Amino acid sequence: MIEVIGLTKYYGRFAAVKDVNFQVKAGEIVGFLGPNGAGKTTTMRILTCFTPASSGSVRVSGIDIAHDSMAVRRKIGYLPENVPLYNWMRVRGYLEFVTRAKGVPSSNRNQEIERVSKVVGIEDVQGKMIRWLSKGYRQRLGLAQALIGDPEIIILDEPTIGLDPRQIKEIRNLIKSFALNKTVILSSHILPEVSQICSRVIIINKGSIVAEDSPENLISGSGRTSRIQVSLRAPEHEATNLVQILRGVSSVKVLDPLQDGCSTFSVEAEKNLDVRPILARAIVEKEWELLELRSIDVSLEDVFLDLITEETIESRAEDNTTMGKEVA
Amino acid sequence: MHGLVAIFRKEMANFFVSPVAYAVIAIFLIIVGFFFWANVSLLSVISLQAANNPMFAERINLTDVVIRPLVQNMSIILLFLIPLLTMRLFSEEKKSGTIELLLTYPVNDFGIVMGKFLATLSVLLVMMACTLSFLLIMAPLGSFDMGVFISSYLGIILMGSSFIAMGVFISSMTENQIIAGASSFGAALMFWMISWTSSFTGPTAGTIIRQVSILERLDSFLKGILVVSDVSFFVFFSAVFLFLTFRSIETQRWRG
Repeated sequence: MIEVIGLTKYYGRFAAVKDVNFQVKAGEIVGFLGPNGAGKTTTMRILTCFTPASSGSVRVSGIDIAHDSMAVRRKIGYLPENVPLYNWMRVRGYLEFVTRAKGVPSSNRNQEIERVSKVVGIEDVQGKMIRWLSKGYRQRLGLAQALIGDPEIIILDEPTIGLDPRQIKEIRNLIKSFALNKTVILSSHILPEVSQICSRVIIINKGSIVAEDSPENLISGSGRTSRIQVSLRAPEHEATNLVQILRGVSSVKVLDPLQDGCSTFSVEAEKNLDVRPILARAIVEKEWELLELRSIDVSLEDVFLDLITEETIESRAEDNTTMGKEVA
Repeated sequence: MHGLVAIFRKEMANFFVSPVAYAVIAIFLIIVGFFFWANVSLLSVISLQAANNPMFAERINLTDVVIRPLVQNMSIILLFLIPLLTMRLFSEEKKSGTIELLLTYPVNDFGIVMGKFLATLSVLLVMMACTLSFLLIMAPLGSFDMGVFISSYLGIILMGSSFIAMGVFISSMTENQIIAGASSFGAALMFWMISWTSSFTGPTAGTIIRQVSILERLDSFLKGILVVSDVSFFVFFSAVFLFLTFRSIETQRWRG
């Protein structure tokens, strides 16, 4: 459906996106994940034909966006990050404008507006000025304009940003509901959102793709799958040494330093190997008091942080210099 | 084409839903109405004085005393008001971010630029149509040259479209409406005043300056003459700025 090959975009000398390659199959829901300024918005802006790439090519259903941008634009519905709408218009008038701009035949216009309004649930605010809509309704209207003309591909840039938890849930369900017969690309920096909605995640940092897989695979494929938190009453140094030499344990980290002779460690072990029984036995043999022993699931968040951490300090400095540019 | 129509209708709605168009049209009509009244009053005073001078009386007519000065005044008022109509056309969309959506709809840049240009031109036409009521008032006062009237109006509309095209272009370059408005006004004024310098800039430069001066170009229309070069000057002037707008949108795409 969408093929991106060697996509690069420079803003002056700053490379917002560097040699990005990925593919999206029809019917997939793909999540773009990355810190602010990672290149998510830039990538989306290229896909939606808002801005041309410096190099590389994008094909949508086999059509190169550089060659026939009009044909591609007809296939794509886009919702930019801050939901830009004409505040002085009424909802109905705005939807009429969008149907006209997207070239919906005049005989189908009312039908199309009603269909889309029903999907996103804005039937009861048709006569309202957009200026007076709540944030949640603005977001719905934004989704509505993307859905008008029934495009095959929906691109959503941070669709739930700035909403309250209930609205986030509603918008998420909406996306899931219309995603059944559409290809959806959405960007986010909210990790649970991506793991809930998306069938595939592309993690992007500093303009390059750092990982690409299903949320489950990303979690299980991560190098540090099994993690155990253990609290015990023992001399800290001795305890660390003991745990470290156990079979399967790769590293030990002190979480809470000694308090009333009690300390908490985070133990990381090889995946597919439960070290809890060995650990428990070793502690008991030493006659230390075991207070807590539990395994901790690795979340997408950990994977994400893992993948981008090595560059964080560097990129933070860069973020500060490019903050004014608002390129994400 | 569907895009052009969509943009045109949206811009018309923006002009007439918000009080912008009404305010500009009302102010235009008040000022023009004042000049019309002043000119007609002047005509009646001169006519009284000329009553005992048949030679002079023959040369007094509505065309020279009312229509020509009126149209000249209109052109100056439009010079002030048109930037107010054009300044938000692109700047507002850029500031609010709506341009991002507009540029991803299946509408070509030509449709966007022309839609906005034609909508503003329509406001100008509405404005000028309102002044046709002067014809009804003048009709019982005496005879006047209808040809001069028509060609003057045509000249004003052509000049107006040049200012609109220039305003659209300037608006496409900034997201600040005040800057767009002030620059459009300044640029229009420059094209207007430039002929004043022709008397002391030497023969070659003087000729060139007179060629680009809007003031000089309007003269032939006010005399009731349609000169091909003057008509095409305004058409070309508009076309150049619309083309520049088109390119300006394209460069903004590149800059993202």
